[in-house]
Amino acid sequence: MTKFRRLSVGGRIDRAKPVSARFDGKLLTGFAGDTLASALLANNHVLVARSFKYHRPRGLMSAGIEEANGLFTIGVGAATEPNVAATVTDFVDGLVACSQNAWPSPAFDVMAVNSLLAPLFQSGFYYKTFMGPFKKSWMFYEPFIRRAAGLGVATALADPDRYETRYGFCDVLVVGSGPAGLAAALTAGRSGARVMLAEQDSALGGSLLSGSDAEHEAWGIALVTELEGLENVSIRTRTTVQGLYDANLAVLVERRDHLKPDARKGQARQVLTSLRCRTIIMATGAIERPLVFSNNDRPGVMLASGLRTYVNRFAVTPDKRAVIVANNDGAYDSAADLARAGVAVTIADHRANIAADLLARAGALGIAVFPGTGIADVEGTASVSRVKLSGAHAVSIECDVLGMAGGWSPVVHLSSHGGIKPKYDEAIAAFVPGGFAPSHFGAGAMLGTFGLGPAVAEGANAGAKAASVAGFGKTRPAYPPEHVSDRTYSILAVWAPPVETRGKAFVDFQSDVTVKDIKNAHQEGYQSVEHLKRYTTLGMGTDQGKTSNINALALMAGERGIAVADAGTTTFRPPYAPLTMGAIAGRTIGHHFRPTRLSPLHDWHARNGATFIEAGLWQRAWYYAWAGATPAAAYVKEMELVRSNVGLADVSTLGKIDIQGPDAAEFLNRVYVNGFAKLPIGKVRYGVMLNDDGLVLDDGTTARLSETRFYLTTTTAQAGEVMSWLEYLLQCHWTDLNVQVASLTDEWAGMAVSGPKARDALQLAFPDADVSSAALPHMGCRDIVFDGVTVRLLRMSFSGELAYEVHVAADHAIPLWEHILKSAGSLGIKPYGLEALASLRIEKGHVAGLELDHRNTLDDLGLGKMAGKDKAYIGKELRFREDCQSPDRWSLVGLELLEPDKKLRGGAILFAASDEIKGHGRGYITSVTWSTELGKFIALGLYQGGLKHAGEDIVAVFPLKNEQAKLKIVSPHFIDAQGVRLHA
Amino acid sequence: MIIPCPFCGERGHSEFRYGGDATKQRPPHGTGDLQTWHDYVFVFENPKGPHTEYWQHVLGCRRWFKLNRNTATNEIGGVA
Repeated sequence: MTKFRRLSVGGRIDRAKPVSARFDGKLLTGFAGDTLASALLANNHVLVARSFKYHRPRGLMSAGIEEANGLFTIGVGAATEPNVAATVTDFVDGLVACSQNAWPSPAFDVMAVNSLLAPLFQSGFYYKTFMGPFKKSWMFYEPFIRRAAGLGVATALADPDRYETRYGFCDVLVVGSGPAGLAAALTAGRSGARVMLAEQDSALGGSLLSGSDAEHEAWGIALVTELEGLENVSIRTRTTVQGLYDANLAVLVERRDHLKPDARKGQARQVLTSLRCRTIIMATGAIERPLVFSNNDRPGVMLASGLRTYVNRFAVTPDKRAVIVANNDGAYDSAADLARAGVAVTIADHRANIAADLLARAGALGIAVFPGTGIADVEGTASVSRVKLSGAHAVSIECDVLGMAGGWSPVVHLSSHGGIKPKYDEAIAAFVPGGFAPSHFGAGAMLGTFGLGPAVAEGANAGAKAASVAGFGKTRPAYPPEHVSDRTYSILAVWAPPVETRGKAFVDFQSDVTVKDIKNAHQEGYQSVEHLKRYTTLGMGTDQGKTSNINALALMAGERGIAVADAGTTTFRPPYAPLTMGAIAGRTIGHHFRPTRLSPLHDWHARNGATFIEAGLWQRAWYYAWAGATPAAAYVKEMELVRSNVGLADVSTLGKIDIQGPDAAEFLNRVYVNGFAKLPIGKVRYGVMLNDDGLVLDDGTTARLSETRFYLTTTTAQAGEVMSWLEYLLQCHWTDLNVQVASLTDEWAGMAVSGPKARDALQLAFPDADVSSAALPHMGCRDIVFDGVTVRLLRMSFSGELAYEVHVAADHAIPLWEHILKSAGSLGIKPYGLEALASLRIEKGHVAGLELDHRNTLDDLGLGKMAGKDKAYIGKELRFREDCQSPDRWSLVGLELLEPDKKLRGGAILFAASDEIKGHGRGYITSVTWSTELGKFIALGLYQGGLKHAGEDIVAVFPLKNEQAKLKIVSPHFIDAQGVRLHA
Repeated sequence: MIIPCPFCGERGHSEFRYGGDATKQRPPHGTGDLQTWHDYVFVFENPKGPHTEYWQHVLGCRRWFKLNRNTATNEIGGVA
């Protein structure tokens, strides 16, 4: 039976600071410096989890980030976070942890019946079994299967915590604070370079924290003390370097749960830093891997390095007896530290020949060593009770724990994020970095250098080189401790379990992948590493196969009869460890998700009863309270106001571009399909631009203010695109044209004065200006000065009524808007919003963003006649390609609803009356409105063949609401087709 | 990526917009038949490796320029 206990002395914990937390509803006590994992073991919680697929009993297997079994749900309510490894969770007061994937408890789990059904649950069984017998079988079974197999459950509540993102810069980033990392950081730091030392653990020291050598510990503390005194060195603990990206961008995530951050005070729970580094030193260490044998997943079977960490760092020890199964010299350090803590230790060493000094050291500590021996089986279900050895000493031993020392895997992840594949090193039976970019360096165990002395030398060397590459000069290297007992690692590669294996031998503990699954994958032909991974889900858990990948790889190589080096590896991708969505999102949540753009008139709208609607990034006044309480009621009243009297609308969101230069007219003449070369001063012209591919880019108006100056407006949606396009043409291609462009979109405001009484309103507002039709005819423009401010009057109409746009610098927008409302108040002028604005233009048949879907030609929109026949313009050649000339293209039509009791919806699919209602139809509705003038619902749409079908009855289908309605195709110009009102 | 704007200096790539292949010669305005424009607009090499592209410092000085970039490694070879 596995039993753990806390030693009365020792450990790197603060016994003066007791900590209490809750685990599965019960009190759990420990000390400051504990992890949740060490506290669980100190309280002898051995069986703490159930496995993913078979619901097998599981205990903690490690003391680090590689933990595959000990995953818990941390926190309560909205702050719940599932699948957190206990080994990296600070044990702090108030911590609430719950076991997962087990009901009612890990010790008695109903779903453990899966274990009996194991033959069914082999890899690939889901797909084979549940694909039949009827279509959609998988869809039917999937929810049940997902419930039975799984991890913790994420909360559906909004995360109450705050997360921050920030940017940073450094000369040298050192990843990892073990002996190599400390030496690297100090050596680089002494050069004066800005150094960032990132450590994922709560404490600095790396392997020193797990060791027992007092001199080494003191050496580490001395280095840390010097580092802390250097102003140019930043040290971040609980900070994981999650990934490396182009141009030395490192992404760091810092966890601050131990500080109990209060979101209401603006304190962040996690901080994600995008760090630009001149150089990067990877001192990421190595992870011990398990050996593969029967029932190697039983609670109490752990990594030997984990046992060592628990006894040295946390003063938590197995009660009486430990067996360690080894294939390398490193295991003897773990065995020695357990023996010193009073544990009776037996080593089963796969190697027949073991160095004499090792044997002597083991003997001195009373450790029994069985050479040429492995593990045949593990007895006990809830935890280990005995182990049966195989090989030279096939005996059975009673024990508390079984430590696995299967060799060390360098943490090569970061070195691979840039695309450099790791390579297999036969001498240490592990993958090492395949190379480094010029500004990247490695040091210590991550290079496969397992001795303390050489690791420190490598670290110091890397620190000096990195500082030099970053542009810093002389430095003093950090030296290793005086006494280092470096010896060879001498590993015997052992991958396959002993032949007598009968129980399940696990390769990937988290995904429940066994040796048998790998054999199956091989038999079924999934032999490449990438296929193996996808077939068995190996390495796809939250631990990303940190302990399992290499064993699986080697086992598959064995099945295929090839060398491990030839089997290849899977691709290492960021993130290195699980991270929260919160850290990635940072503050870009809610309305901060993207920028909000506000019109210069926004505050007035807000103060005067406007309801706003999002239009792209813009917040626009949708409708006003004066007209009604709901949009449906209000926009109709606002439309009536414009059709019968006069209204004022905010059109500041239009793109506005100032174009100046001797060649400005020529420039516009090239980009617009219609002629602009001869546009008279004081006139406005509607224009359409095409892309090079002959499709419509945007429409808008351009006013000529002088011989060399124009004022161009774009649609709201395309403002940025058009500006960039004009700049592209001028800067990259037509450099001979002397033209400058400047965006005024944010700098200027625009307001539309629309309706039969628009001129009266304008005259009242600007009594000194001549706004008569003679002085300001339809499509005329003029700058006037009012109250010392330049005001641009443009007579043009989006609504189809007599209308003007009044543009002014943004700072003057609100006073001018209020002035117009006040001075024309006697006429009954009122503001109208976006809904009415858009509806008025539908009645008039003006196309807008909804129709301009980047797939239409000029002819599709009924604008073909605008294009100059004898002039050159962008897109002219490709406009006439065969596809653009097809008579069956989806083209602009007007639509009238024939069934007054039904509804029309934007996006509805259009079918001919005789069509079967199926598929993508012959077009769709782009815009819909109630027409106050016609007293019915009307719409614009794109329909195959367009107005060729005028007068035909068709059908609009809206499958989401299961609606159908009959429509008639009509001209898109529902009102005043002759334009009489415009010229009034 | 870090992109050296010829006007502002080195900036993160998120300040820029990509403007496509810059190795092709735009037909002079008003010249070229359908085939010429078809080839210019639609036919690209799409190389893996060194390439010359248009970029605009759209969230900065708005300068358009040609940039040498390795499409396989994102290594920046400077402004062309």
